[in-house]
Amino acid sequence: MAFLSNLVNGISLGSIYAIIALGYTMVYGIAKMLNFAHGDVIMVGAFIIFCGAQYWGLPPAVCILLAMLVCTVLGMTIEKLAYKPLRKAAGLAVLITAIGMSYLLQNTALLIWGANPKVFPGLFKLDTFRLFNGQLSIKPETLITILANIVIMVALTLFISRTKMGKAMRCVSEDRGAAELMGINVNRTISVTFAIGSALAAIAGWLLCSSYPQLMPTTGSMPGIKAFTAAVFGGIGSIPGAMLGGVLLGLIEIFGKAYISTELGDAIVFAVLIIVLLVRPTGLLGKPIREKV
Amino acid sequence: MNAKKKKLIISLSTYAVVIICFVILTVMINNKSISRTLKGMLIPICSWIVMAVSLNLVVGISGELSLGHAGFMSIGAFSGIIVSGWLLNGFQMADTTLRLVIALIAGGIAAGIAGTLIGIPVLRLRGDYLAIVTLAFGEIIKNVMNCVYVSVEGTGLNWGFLDANIPGKLLLNGPMGAVGVEKISTFTAGFLLVMFALFVVQNLINSRSGRAIMAARDNRIAAEAMGINITKYKMMAFVTGAVLAGMAGALYGLSMATLLPTKFSFNESINVLVFVVLGGIGNIPGSVISAAALTILPEKLRFLQNYRMLAYAVLLILVMLLSNNPLLKAMWRKLFSRKNGESGEEMRA
Repeated sequence: MAFLSNLVNGISLGSIYAIIALGYTMVYGIAKMLNFAHGDVIMVGAFIIFCGAQYWGLPPAVCILLAMLVCTVLGMTIEKLAYKPLRKAAGLAVLITAIGMSYLLQNTALLIWGANPKVFPGLFKLDTFRLFNGQLSIKPETLITILANIVIMVALTLFISRTKMGKAMRCVSEDRGAAELMGINVNRTISVTFAIGSALAAIAGWLLCSSYPQLMPTTGSMPGIKAFTAAVFGGIGSIPGAMLGGVLLGLIEIFGKAYISTELGDAIVFAVLIIVLLVRPTGLLGKPIREKV
Repeated sequence: MNAKKKKLIISLSTYAVVIICFVILTVMINNKSISRTLKGMLIPICSWIVMAVSLNLVVGISGELSLGHAGFMSIGAFSGIIVSGWLLNGFQMADTTLRLVIALIAGGIAAGIAGTLIGIPVLRLRGDYLAIVTLAFGEIIKNVMNCVYVSVEGTGLNWGFLDANIPGKLLLNGPMGAVGVEKISTFTAGFLLVMFALFVVQNLINSRSGRAIMAARDNRIAAEAMGINITKYKMMAFVTGAVLAGMAGALYGLSMATLLPTKFSFNESINVLVFVVLGGIGNIPGSVISAAALTILPEKLRFLQNYRMLAYAVLLILVMLLSNNPLLKAMWRKLFSRKNGESGEEMRA
């Protein structure tokens, strides 16, 4: 039973990583940049939900929608103000700007909400599921997380493959110059990508803090790094890759902590990443880099 | 003025500026006209300068984005602390200068070995994948350092992994890190280490190997076609960077009474990267200046109280936006080319 319970927990944690990793991988695929501030957008989303539920007394669904709205606006504003002027600059300049943005969000949150950890409220009061005569108990948050992941995965795949905007996104990520010549509004496409990624970040913030109910200004950074790792693990730029990478990373983390060593949990995750990248240098589902002479 | 002469003048003037700063600061220390906070920061500033110079060798000269440089600093710091404590407790070596020199060398060697082991797999990868693997190694080093226990008993060392029950006097106490370290680092030693790092890196850049490293950065395939062994030269830059980072770590570790393994996190690697990028990628004197200025800046922003780090973040973003603004860039180039009568192409170098 311990195995099954670990399996469910691993998939749940992996689902959170997968949703965060989607934000990284979509932005990377289209804007070719590592958005280091993404982890902190998660934290902002979680804080909005916290305030909505705790101080303003809003119903849970409204809290989540409000957080998604705030994060979407935040993500698009960050892109407009900080990343857009640097679109033609060197990659490292954009990276450092993203890091500056991450500091900015963390320290703004520190000023508004303080450094003390807040206890994140459970939004939906549900009973714990008990299976096999109570031997296997599954928290409702775990199931919600897994369900949310599946819904997001299906919706996003449909959006990317069926809608006009999705088609434009695929074009821009393939070849930005050619897409522009074909009349695709590249700036708007990039904006929409940031909007979707940030809205997903708000959901990820809610799911993350429902499972690990401790909220502080640095809450987003470690899951952010892990999700970024997951995106690379699956092949950065690939949406199914981010899903696969996220779930695998969650499983490795939970099983590593359960069966090998609790203290070395993070080291195991990163060691597996290194081994995978050595065998497949562009991640599990990544396209091989072609070299032109 | 030909290019070779120009390079020589730049490297000589870097040494000169560092020496002048050292002399002025030493005079100020002797006059007691220096503030306590600044005096306490002198040794960390030296180690951050060495970190920035060594990372610039990897990122700027060799062109490989490394996000785990603090890992080498961590290895250097803790091996330096262990060696210093071992010599003091096991062999009753009272001479602090000799102990510091041995600790610095030990830190450099340990980080160099780690750099070699990490470099072999890492340098097979490219671009962002390489960056993420260095990040992963940095996190692994931090995590493993959290589980290491070392104690000294007689003249021997006892090691424990995930096991604190080892006999003797503990030098390294797992997640608590190193406690009760004797602070033997001096500002003079820091200054000499900065000079050493500058000497190594600038001579490497201006040597045949340095040109090979830069050729491999600029065009891998063309360099390979010219018979340059890419792996060898990339390793050379990476391991040299690791050794210098290890020495900087040992200097830093031996200037603190307590040191936690979590100190050397991803954030520290990023901080050093910020020094390198703001100082100019591939620009060694720039790294020295920006490392020193950006270590002091947050302290000088203390009057802003809680808004300190916020101001730092805003400054960082503004500097990046302004320095990459095409309009300002064009103006800058115009100004410079009028002054020196040289082409804009050279000014970028």
